Order: sequence, then structure tokens, then C-alpha cells
Amino acid sequence: MQPFVAFRSVGAPLNRANINTDAIIPSAWLRSAEADLARGLFAAWRFDADGNEIADFVLNVPPFRTARLLFAGANFGCGSSREAAAWALKRFGFGCIAAPSFADIFHENALRNGLLPARISEEDLARAIALIEADPNTRFHVDLAGEAITPEAGLPFRFAIEAHRKEALLRGDDEIAATLRHGEAIAAHATADMAERPWLYAALAPDAAREKV
Amino acid sequence: MHARAHGGGRSLFEKIWDKHRIRELPGNRDLVFVDRHIVQETTSALAFDGLSRAGRPVARPELTFAVQDHIVSTAPDRDEDTNPGGRELMRAIRSNALARGIRHWGVEHPRQGIVHVIGPELGIALPGTILACGDSHTATVGGIGALGIGVGTSETEHVLATQTLVLPRPKPMRVSFEGTIRPGVTAKDLILFAIGRLGIDAGRSHAIEYAGPVIRALPVEGRLTICNMSIELGARLGVIAPDDATFAYLAGRPYAPAGADWERAVAAWRDLSSDADAAFARDVALDCSAAAPQVTWGTTQDQVVAIDGRVPDPDGMLDPERRRLAAAALAYMDIPPGRPIEGIGIDIAFIGSCTNGRLSDLRAAAEVAKGRRVAPGVRALVVPGSTTVRREAEAEGLDRVFTEAGFEWRSAGCSMCVSINEDVVPPGARCIATSNRNFENRQGPGSRTHLASPAMVAAAAITGAIADVRKVLG
Ligand code: SF4
Repeated sequence: MQPFVAFRSVGAPLNRANINTDAIIPSAWLRSAEADLARGLFAAWRFDADGNEIADFVLNVPPFRTARLLFAGANFGCGSSREAAAWALKRFGFGCIAAPSFADIFHENALRNGLLPARISEEDLARAIALIEADPNTRFHVDLAGEAITPEAGLPFRFAIEAHRKEALLRGDDEIAATLRHGEAIAAHATADMAERPWLYAALAPDAAREKV
Repeated sequence: MHARAHGGGRSLFEKIWDKHRIRELPGNRDLVFVDRHIVQETTSALAFDGLSRAGRPVARPELTFAVQDHIVSTAPDRDEDTNPGGRELMRAIRSNALARGIRHWGVEHPRQGIVHVIGPELGIALPGTILACGDSHTATVGGIGALGIGVGTSETEHVLATQTLVLPRPKPMRVSFEGTIRPGVTAKDLILFAIGRLGIDAGRSHAIEYAGPVIRALPVEGRLTICNMSIELGARLGVIAPDDATFAYLAGRPYAPAGADWERAVAAWRDLSSDADAAFARDVALDCSAAAPQVTWGTTQDQVVAIDGRVPDPDGMLDPERRRLAAAALAYMDIPPGRPIEGIGIDIAFIGSCTNGRLSDLRAAAEVAKGRRVAPGVRALVVPGSTTVRREAEAEGLDRVFTEAGFEWRSAGCSMCVSINEDVVPPGARCIATSNRNFENRQGPGSRTHLASPAMVAAAAITGAIADVRKVLG
């Protein structure tokens, strides 16, 4: 994973609750490992049936076409576990989604892809939307180390992130490598479990009769 | 809703979780061992690619199963090429599984089926185990007392490489289904009723245990339906304490322990329940006595109403956010505010999915279909949740009941639940479905989805409109 670097960007406002991963990346973009996920992001909202842009959808409105920060309503990323939702947001260019809450699986998927899920209060969300409505070109500084999203003019929106997740994002950790460092503990657990629940492992041992249907 | 006094006991979820915990990690996260791992074609290709790039082996291929289910064609005489759009991912999982020494069940295999259907059906998921799968409905296996954890692709790669997961520890929550249920009310109606009452993010960051007399009285397949929709309550995990019904269900399944091992396993499983003084971060009771068959009217699962009720009139709603969501949903669904849900005409009826694609679901639908005809102009499909279910249904003649009534009898897969294969709802068409997601565009661009039980979907297929199965059966 690439280390997370602080950035400045306009904030695209998508103030609805319960934006699900089917909306973020429709299933048509899941048919190939090489699909153009940036194009698929919010496809049903961004494009009409002929593939033309829907003019008033936020990501089709300058200056939000190049936004790296998205403000969204509560329970962002609910529904399907498809990690392509996080990939699509990243490929489009987003580095941070700021919302009052995130669905559990999306939250994990985002963190594993260097996409910052910043939990801000409902009041701050409303304040951000108001700032953007007043001036769509308002730029925000997204600072993970400082745990704040700060508009050019105005008070910062604070978000809390657990210290180790923050460090992992800032370093761009490889989580599998980190887990493999617990290899001995994992092996010891497996050995003890095999002694305690041998039937759990015997049931999967190669056995021609079992494979016969 | 009430909070119970905190005691010193442990919940079922905590007992299973703690047994699998290898390490506590900073930040309320645990490194947990994964007993069983199932991979499916649409979320695993890049996980295998990642392993290959890093030069890592699969840690425990013998604990891993690979299956084609999401993108497969459901044509009766299908093969891997029937749906050309699915070829790439189907070939990928087949070759990845072969290269890594993982059992693989493709479209042609007699054990193929939707991951969450085959897990319990084949005894891959067992009480007290942790099962991971790259799919959000993995919690389904909670119905037999396993912790099913739905993961993304990076986590799939993590399980393949380490046979473990690093997970935030959820808080225990209990939902008790109290009272007695009325005829015509099924597990699907109960879980939709619960989601309607509690909301689609009630369980976020929690592991839900479903309890109470109504749950205890449910057959095992109904419990699988309940746990399946845990994610629709916002929870990654849902579980029901196993009991004699569970053990009877699992006995003799191909990958369940056998002989003396079976006795030892059951002895261990008998300890799997929450202590009387277990503490729950949230503890909710629902009186199910007044619940009727449910149908969703909107584009989230909590936008649901009893079949004898009306869709809301947003103008009468007090909460501005709910009003806005309701108005947008009714507009998308093209339903006038305040009208009765019964009688709304449908174009398609879909029976299948990991929620309601098991044998008991097909039996319930067949009971309604028997001796009746699908209404003119309606396309009705029955898609068994697995090839095993398909075989068993055919052995009892359900396929003929359906085809004689004018339903299509298809091969097993996710089909119109996710419409990533050729089973798509056309733009603007209205589908009543036994699946679990009624999101905008879920069943195809512009599709409109109503969720209901198998018997209710069959009743709608016969009537040509959303109908009360209790009236159809008379
Ligand atoms: S049937 Fe639907 S919900 Fe279930 S695994 Fe398949 S796509 Fe997911």
C-alpha cells in the first residue's frame, strides 16, 4: 500500500445517507479484473443509458470533476462487501471520504487501500456542505497526521482515527507481512486446536468417499 | 428496547471469537484463526494475483474451497462459456484453485452452488467455527452456530496467505424475537420486520445473536435466512445458538464429522450458547405476534410494510431525512404515496438467492404454484441456491410443479439477485424477489425490486401483482 500523504482539494458534496456499494460501483464493472473502475464510479448516477454525462450529478460539475475529497451522508458504503467500491473511489482520484459513519466492511476495505474514511460529526458535515454551497471552489487540507480536514477559511473538522490504523496508513503498511510476523503464534494456535478439535480437521482430510457425490 | 444488567457471563459470539483469537492487537483488533475459507469467482481473482506478485503460498489449501456462483449462467444446459461475460473470472478461479491445490466446484460440478448455501449444506460450516468468504452475506452460516465473516478482496488475500484475519472486535448485540407468529409468516418476513423496526445500520460494529422463542421454533433453514440478512441490519456477523435441530440438520453432511468424531463434535457444540448473565452492548426485544407477511416498497430494506399496509406518504413523515429518503424511493419505484402495497402490478418474479434458495424455500413456493398458472405477461424464475438443492427438488417433483405452472426452472447461482450474469431485470421493470437487496439498479439499470418471502413471490407471480399469500392459498 502507498503511504498516505496529506493533500489539498475541493470537496465534492454528496449529502445522502446510506450510499451503498452497488451505487458506488455497479455490478457491471465487476465482470473483469481489468474493468475501468474510474469510469464505473457512481456510474448509474453519473451517466445516462447512452453513456452521456448527467449534467447535474456532482462529479460532472466543475470543479468537483477533479475532487479528491468527498463529503457524504451517514452509513457510507453499506451493502455488498465488494472492495471494488474502494478501488473505484481511489482510481477516480479520491483520497478521503468524510462522513458521519461508515459501514463496517467498507471501512476496512478503505483503510486497506489507503483511502481515508474520516468520521466527522453531522454538524461538521452540514457546515462543510454550507461552505461548499457558498463557494464550490473552497479548498480543504486533508491532514491525517493532524486528524483534521481544514477549509481555507474556517475552523477544522476533526476526525478521530485509532492510532495504529493511522500509523499503518501513514507508513503504507503491508498487513499480510505484519501478520506473517506472528507466524509462530498462528502455528501454535493451529496445533493446539488440532489436538482439541481433531474432528474439525479430520472432516476435511482427503478421502475419496467424501468427494463422491 | 431495554438494556439488561451486565453480568459476568459471556455471549455465544464471545465464546467462539475468543477461542479463535491468536493475539490481541492494538486498537481493539484481534488476530483470529479462520477454520474454513470459501472463495468465489468475483472477489478472488485479484487476491490470487496479489499472492502471486508477493510470491506467497496459500497457507492452508485443505481448509479452503473455491466455487463459481455469482457470474455463472443459470441456463439449464450451461457450461463455463454460456455467459461469455463471465468467462474471464470463471477461468481465473478455476486455474487459481488448480494451481494452489484448492478444491474447486465449477458450474459443471454436482456440489456447485451459492457460497452461503453450500457452506451449511455440505457441512463445511460447522457450529463454533469461524468461516470467512469474500462476500457480505457470509453471516448466513450463523444459522447453524458458526461465525461467518464477510470480507473484501484484500482480506481474502490475507486469509489465503495466513489462514487468519485481523478484525476489529465487534460488540455483542442481541435481538430477541418474542411472541408467537401467525400463519403465513416466515423467517424472511421476520427478518424484514426486524429491519423495518431497527433500521439498516442498527447492528453496525456489532455481532448480533438472534434469540427468543420464535427463533428457537424456526427450522434450521429459516435460521439461515435470518442470519443471512444480518448485513441488512448493518452487522457483519449474526449467529444463533445451535441445538438438537442444528445437529440433526448437519448429521451425515459430506464434510461434517462422522462416526466417533461426530459424537465428540456434538458434545463440544452443546456448550455453544450465551450464558444467562452474558452482557450485550445492545439488547433488543421484538414482539412478533402482530407481524404479517412483509414486502419492501423502497430502495433500502428498512423501507418495508406488511402486506395489508400502505406505502407511506412522505408528507406525513416528521423526520426530514426519512421524508427525503422515502420520497426519493417512491419516485424511483414509481409508486404513488400512500397507496396499498397489495395490488401493485409486477413484471418479474424471482425465487432464489442465498437468502431463500434452499429446498424448504422452493417447497413453500411450490405449494403456492401447484395447480395454478403464472399470470400472463409475468416472467417467473426459480433458481435453486445450489446444484444439490436442484437435484433434491427434482427428486420430489418440484421442478414439474413449477414448469407446469409456467415458471422457468434454472440452474444454480446468484442469478437475478446481483444480475452480473445474463439474468437482468430490464429498465423500468418491476421485480418481486426473494433475495436481500432492493437497491436502485441492483437487478439491472433502472430495475425496481420488492423483497418478500418465497411464498409471497410465488403468490405475486400467480396474481400478476403483489398479493397476500394467505388469500391466494385461501
Ligand atoms: S445470492 Fe445475492 S446476496 Fe447471495 S451471495 Fe449471491 S449475489 Fe450475494
